[in-house]
Amino acid sequence: MTAVGTSAEASPPPGAPERPRASRRRGGRGSRAGDGAGFTALHHVVLSLWALLVVLPLLWTVYTSLKTSREILSDPFGLPAVPQLSNYSRAWEEARIGEYFLNTLIVVGTALVVVMLLGAMCAYVLARYRFPGNRIIYFGMVAGLTFPIFLAVVPLFFVLRNMGLLDGRMGLVGVILSYVAFALPFTVFFLHSFFTSLPEEISEAAAIDGAGDFRTFFQVMLPMATPGLASVAIFNFLGLWNQYLLPLVLNTDRRNHVLAQGLVNLQAQQGYQVDWGGMFASVVITVIPVLVVYVIFQRQLQGGVGPGTMK
Amino acid sequence: MLFFLVFLGIPLAVYLMFVVSPFAQSFYYSLTDWSGLSPSMEFIGAANYARIAGDAVFWMSLRNNLALLIVLPLVTIVLAYALAVMVTIGGSTRGGVRGVRGAGFYRIISFFPYAIPAVITGILFNFIYHPGGGLLNGFLNLLLGPVNLVLSLLGAQPVPAISTAWLGDPRVALAAVGFAIVWTFVGFYMVLFVAGIKSIPQEVLEAARIDGAGRLRSAVQIVAPMVRDNISTALVYMGIFALDAFTFVSVMTPNGGTANSTKVVSLHLYQTAFRDGRFGEASAMGVIMAVVTMLVAVLVILLGRSRREER
Repeated sequence: MTAVGTSAEASPPPGAPERPRASRRRGGRGSRAGDGAGFTALHHVVLSLWALLVVLPLLWTVYTSLKTSREILSDPFGLPAVPQLSNYSRAWEEARIGEYFLNTLIVVGTALVVVMLLGAMCAYVLARYRFPGNRIIYFGMVAGLTFPIFLAVVPLFFVLRNMGLLDGRMGLVGVILSYVAFALPFTVFFLHSFFTSLPEEISEAAAIDGAGDFRTFFQVMLPMATPGLASVAIFNFLGLWNQYLLPLVLNTDRRNHVLAQGLVNLQAQQGYQVDWGGMFASVVITVIPVLVVYVIFQRQLQGGVGPGTMK
Repeated sequence: MLFFLVFLGIPLAVYLMFVVSPFAQSFYYSLTDWSGLSPSMEFIGAANYARIAGDAVFWMSLRNNLALLIVLPLVTIVLAYALAVMVTIGGSTRGGVRGVRGAGFYRIISFFPYAIPAVITGILFNFIYHPGGGLLNGFLNLLLGPVNLVLSLLGAQPVPAISTAWLGDPRVALAAVGFAIVWTFVGFYMVLFVAGIKSIPQEVLEAARIDGAGRLRSAVQIVAPMVRDNISTALVYMGIFALDAFTFVSVMTPNGGTANSTKVVSLHLYQTAFRDGRFGEASAMGVIMAVVTMLVAVLVILLGRSRREER
């Protein structure tokens, strides 16, 4: 560090863009050209090990889901004598995985659409219009990112109960609204930077062409922010799909249970006489669709959640 | 005017009603003896806080949270950064700066765990850690085979088959839960860092290489400072997560493990509120954790900032 420090003393003024700083490494010496192939091989070893660590448990789960409970407990690696496809039908029907799946799709799907719409609207106004209180609202929203969710669940339970959004089918509405509310800070935070980065001229041009605020937003700005919307939507989807505490506390009606609750109940209920085959099958049924969706959309993700990142 | 009312008013209303107001209420509840069911509640000042101060289980839970707070962000982020570097600039030293061959494949695989809902990951690891039919003990016993063969040739006592209940043994339970969390998040932060590294202009990395910086040196001295913002965001997020950890802990060890070895504050809070019916006290715990969380977030951000000024 000291060897290269000389040119660094003439540091850029605070607030200057960080990019050019790397050039001060010019002085760093030490011919390292020789470490090539061995190093690359090491990288492959480490990456493969990690990939195995990820994939093996998943593969193990898939083939274990075809075994009987007895086979599972006696030998974790043994192949099934006869593939037990009945594990799957049991999981789907008796364990009601199908029903939980549908509930999850309804809750996550609706919440996702609503939070993207509300988040985009809010971020757009905060990013493109100047008015008193703008910064306060923005920081108030972003501060929500650090609120621990478990602090709010208890009062939230009673807020929803007082609004009649806890029991029966209305319970789903309460859960959806809570999902939306808790995903808003993230959504606003990231979309805000997208809308800030869109060129000013375009909205001006739209205004000159006679488009009102609503039209400018829906027909001009929103389509331009599509890449940003897509990656934020994916992260939101994963976040909502992941929710456990909120449904656990707020989604009290059994008919409304989402997958997370259903699977945990399944596990807790059975105690020591677990239907292992059925449990493994339920896990596979839950995991496979998400992984398929992820592989289809993964390109969108690699751009990251920051604006202006290049591929 | 209508535009503002719709675009800012609706999201704000949802946010205020379902996020801000529950948080504000929980501060008030923390000063009462509310049981959750009784319509009446007494204002009892700081009595809940005093009670928590004398609650050994709370301190144990907090200790576990702090252990996670120290270990999880460090391990996850170092591992994620190392993998991200390998797939972006770890490739052959001939030609342009690029990742190792098959980088895309590793990147896609590594993200898998994050696409699986945390509840399912918890259940999956329950399978893996199962003393009898679990993958981990099965794998260890598989390794024991050759070891025992060598030992018997040497005339030594063979090592008995391993039947550790990883989640039941207080000495390893928290680490076992922690591993599941690391497994989940490494891929996520890897994607975040990959996006950051890809936004560094190629010329900078090439200039570094021409000046003789190896890949390791480039990663530590050139790339790391340039993605510092991503790293500090990751630290804050992972820190906040370590102070929660509700989903993993409650799925893998529903009662907080043997002798509370894995109990975290969020689980203790949940049980205090919904099992014991002491909502006032639970709210007070939430407030304490909110303060701890904020402190950690501010600390990390300040640290990041002061290091920037040093440079």
